Amino acid sequence: MPHDFASQDRELSQFRFRLGFAGVFVLLCFTLLFVRFFYLQVVQHDYYATRAEDNRISLIPIMPNRGLILDANGLVMARNYSAFTLEIVPSKSGDLDETIDDLATLIDIQPRDRRRFKKLLDESKNFESIPIRTKLTDEEVARFAANRYRFPGVEVKARLFRQYPQGALGAHAVGYINRINAKDVDWIEENEQSANYKGTEHIGKTGLEQHYEFDLHGTTGYEQVEVDAGGRAIRTLARTAPVPGNNLTLTLDSKLQDVAEKAFGNRRGSLVAIEPTTGGILALVSTPTFDPNLFVDGIDPQSWKELNESPDKPMVNRALNGAYPPGSTFKPFMALAALETGKRTPAQAIADPGYFNFGGHQFRDDKKGGHGMVDMYKSIVQSCDTYYYILANDMGIDNIAGFMKQLGFGQVTGIDIAGESVGVLPSPEWKKRRFKRPEQQKWFAGETISIGIGQGYNAYTPLQLAVATATLANNGVMYKPHLVKYITDTRTGEKRMVEPKPLRSLPFKQQNIDTIKHAMVGVMKEGTGARAFAGAAYESAGKTGTAQVFSLKGGNYKESATHERLRDHALFIAFAPVDHPKIALAVLVENGGFGAQSAAPIARQVLDYYLSGKEAKGPAAEDSSGEESADAH
Amino acid sequence: MPTLINRILNRLSEHLDGPLLVIAGLLLLIGTSTVYSATYTTLSRVPSQILNITTAFAVMWLVARTPPTTLMRFAVPLYVVGLALLVLVFLFGVKVNGARRWLSIGFTRIQPSEIMKIAMPLMLAWYFHKHEAALRLKHYVVAALILAVPFGLIAKQPDLGTAILVGAAGFFVIFFAGLSWKVLVGLLVAGASALPFLWNVLHDYQRKRVLTLLDPSSDPLGAGYHIIQSTIAIGSGGALGKGWLNGTQTHLEFIPERHTDFIFAVFSEEWGLVGNIVLLVLYFLLIGRCLVIATNAPTLFSRLLAAAVTGSFFTCVFVNMGMVSGILPVVGVPLPFMSYGGTALVTFALGLGILMSIQTHRMLVKK
Repeated sequence: MPHDFASQDRELSQFRFRLGFAGVFVLLCFTLLFVRFFYLQVVQHDYYATRAEDNRISLIPIMPNRGLILDANGLVMARNYSAFTLEIVPSKSGDLDETIDDLATLIDIQPRDRRRFKKLLDESKNFESIPIRTKLTDEEVARFAANRYRFPGVEVKARLFRQYPQGALGAHAVGYINRINAKDVDWIEENEQSANYKGTEHIGKTGLEQHYEFDLHGTTGYEQVEVDAGGRAIRTLARTAPVPGNNLTLTLDSKLQDVAEKAFGNRRGSLVAIEPTTGGILALVSTPTFDPNLFVDGIDPQSWKELNESPDKPMVNRALNGAYPPGSTFKPFMALAALETGKRTPAQAIADPGYFNFGGHQFRDDKKGGHGMVDMYKSIVQSCDTYYYILANDMGIDNIAGFMKQLGFGQVTGIDIAGESVGVLPSPEWKKRRFKRPEQQKWFAGETISIGIGQGYNAYTPLQLAVATATLANNGVMYKPHLVKYITDTRTGEKRMVEPKPLRSLPFKQQNIDTIKHAMVGVMKEGTGARAFAGAAYESAGKTGTAQVFSLKGGNYKESATHERLRDHALFIAFAPVDHPKIALAVLVENGGFGAQSAAPIARQVLDYYLSGKEAKGPAAEDSSGEESADAH
Repeated sequence: MPTLINRILNRLSEHLDGPLLVIAGLLLLIGTSTVYSATYTTLSRVPSQILNITTAFAVMWLVARTPPTTLMRFAVPLYVVGLALLVLVFLFGVKVNGARRWLSIGFTRIQPSEIMKIAMPLMLAWYFHKHEAALRLKHYVVAALILAVPFGLIAKQPDLGTAILVGAAGFFVIFFAGLSWKVLVGLLVAGASALPFLWNVLHDYQRKRVLTLLDPSSDPLGAGYHIIQSTIAIGSGGALGKGWLNGTQTHLEFIPERHTDFIFAVFSEEWGLVGNIVLLVLYFLLIGRCLVIATNAPTLFSRLLAAAVTGSFFTCVFVNMGMVSGILPVVGVPLPFMSYGGTALVTFALGLGILMSIQTHRMLVKK
């Protein structure tokens, strides 16, 4: 090989220089690595240590048992039962469709389950556990357990489900729970309960379930577990037990509730029965009702559509949210107002020609030719309109509104169920607020006239009517209506009474109250309520009412000829026994026609059961025979 | 008798290099204990790794006894066979997970790109050795071609990790053969300006890996998962580590491929910065010893070969640690003497054997 040593030496030194260069380069690269390690392991150590702990430790919330709801006699209205569900955490499972297809080979998964899963998936976050099947059989649980290793992110969980053993009975009072939605999350955050609701999937949506949510919920416990990358728990590190929710015991008597609901038959309406001396609600009826059990597990779209789109509106709680003109049930309160304001004395009588002319308009009494000479007693017993047309005109709207406000008309009662309607207590101020155009805002004196017989703009909830009746029965002492008698701490057994709170003591003269009560007793003995209450074993006081749904100007109201939905609403208020009232109630039958005809018999059945323990067979009959009731409304 | 045993031992170990043996031995010890930590909860890979080590040792021993002149004779045939197999892979290869890397030969499948890791430096070292007297630019061009064809075939499979290793090994030979700095800088500039074009040539998954490196959180459960979890493992290890068998990231299976390509994350979590420094020092000593051997190598062939093997070791170490600690994209490169796996271990042992052969045969050549 023809190469000289000089060039070989040059070559060699060049090679060695390059090796040296490479050595320096290696050192630089290793320094770079060292700097990176130092950055990760010293500078950022805390951050990564936390990340590793977050990876490793999972806080698993342990759901507390939701409190029970019991009626006044201890009958269970809402309870929990445990069942196994099969749940998927989408972020931890593989392809969802594939996973579900594989699961379907082990466990019966219906297209309905898939649809519900898809729906829940859209509503949830990726790391949430979403049920694909509920109420697994033991055999299915075992079959899945044997194949669990094949399904990362899929687990069988024992969950508590809410159950309403009484079904539709009292559903509007008890309410129901359903899955938490975005609005509920906001509400939970506003109340700073977010930490306690980690892992909670259901929340009270309506009724007591909603109002007493935080009492019923309890305190969530936690289990600190070590989990692997597949999300499976390896071992428990620490555990804080959950505190079960408190039980609610109601003032509501489910037996009475049942009697009342049955009395309605298939008629639409509402009944509110109150214990006058406490404000405790004994029965809260709104028919038609619904089965709250449908909601617990996520209601299927079909049932939801039926409930929501039914013209009978079963989801509306009529007792709180239906506002109706009180009709003639308003008259005893008007009479009391007249006495208290000194506009009338009991004996002062008017001559009733069967109409009252005001401002060129004739306000008619239902009895052709009128009631003759009418004093206060007769005006209530026979329900004379003319008497109240004149009275309203004499009192003026401001006096009426001022007086009725004290009795809670058009005011929120503060019952322990959310969302009650205010109703309308008509007044010039109300009209100003209600209407935008100046010509509509003006109050006309003629409008006051029909207010006197509970018509016109008057619109009150059955609850307000019942509270006013109870206040009258209780000689002017008004209690806040409430459904819960006491709350029991499930751990200590301690009972927290919901103290009957006198909202206000109205400074009515006992003499005036007695006058009104006497007249209302007269209604039951010889007046419009006499037929329905013939032979009652107790002395009761009441008043019938009929509220116009559709104003028939000038024409004669012919019940049969009027479309069913345009028929008048039937109302009835009552309390008994008259000496020491134990129960006061308001009944409303939508499109029931005359109050004496359809509402009073319902009240009779409820009072009979509550005061004499007598149970009726079948719904209260509509008393449609009497011609005399045709002019007594 | 003792003298006989001594003589036998001497005879057996006469071509082995003490420092390399000690360093590699320490690395293997650390590696095997880490493999144990990474796998003992499920299926310990230690027994089979010991088998791998035994096989690798035998290969190293055999190669170390083989004089460089004999090794040189393998250069062309090995390269030609390797290239032919790569062409066959390109034409008839078995596709697994979207990559055409394997060749089915009846009972088993082989990965010809592995052969190139050794064949490439051998071939190029032989080529330059042959033209030692009068190296011109054209020789570098030919060398570049020798390098480019297999590199292209491997990159096309696609197997970026192996392509980088083969390319690096070839590049080191050309560099140490004396490719002028001007050309080097020129290539570097050309390469940089070709980056946008290169970006288009990359496969989707490769692009994704580069993007993921820049922002791992962009795809935390997909391509970014490896990097995120391994950096968490390293970072949470802290200065002193969590202790052997105590790495939570490892044992709760957050680190993927924890006994092979990502074994460094396991080690780093359990031994911390201190362990990392020990490892860096060991690798630096290994490379340093290799450089010394290269410096002392008597012929151009052995010099270039030694330098290329050294360079390959370095590339593996740097690329692997860089990838696991999140400063380089994820490519399938094992960590020398640490990662579990027979093929990789045998390849590294082959490298060690070559270096030992060069070191222990230099006197003979000089004589």
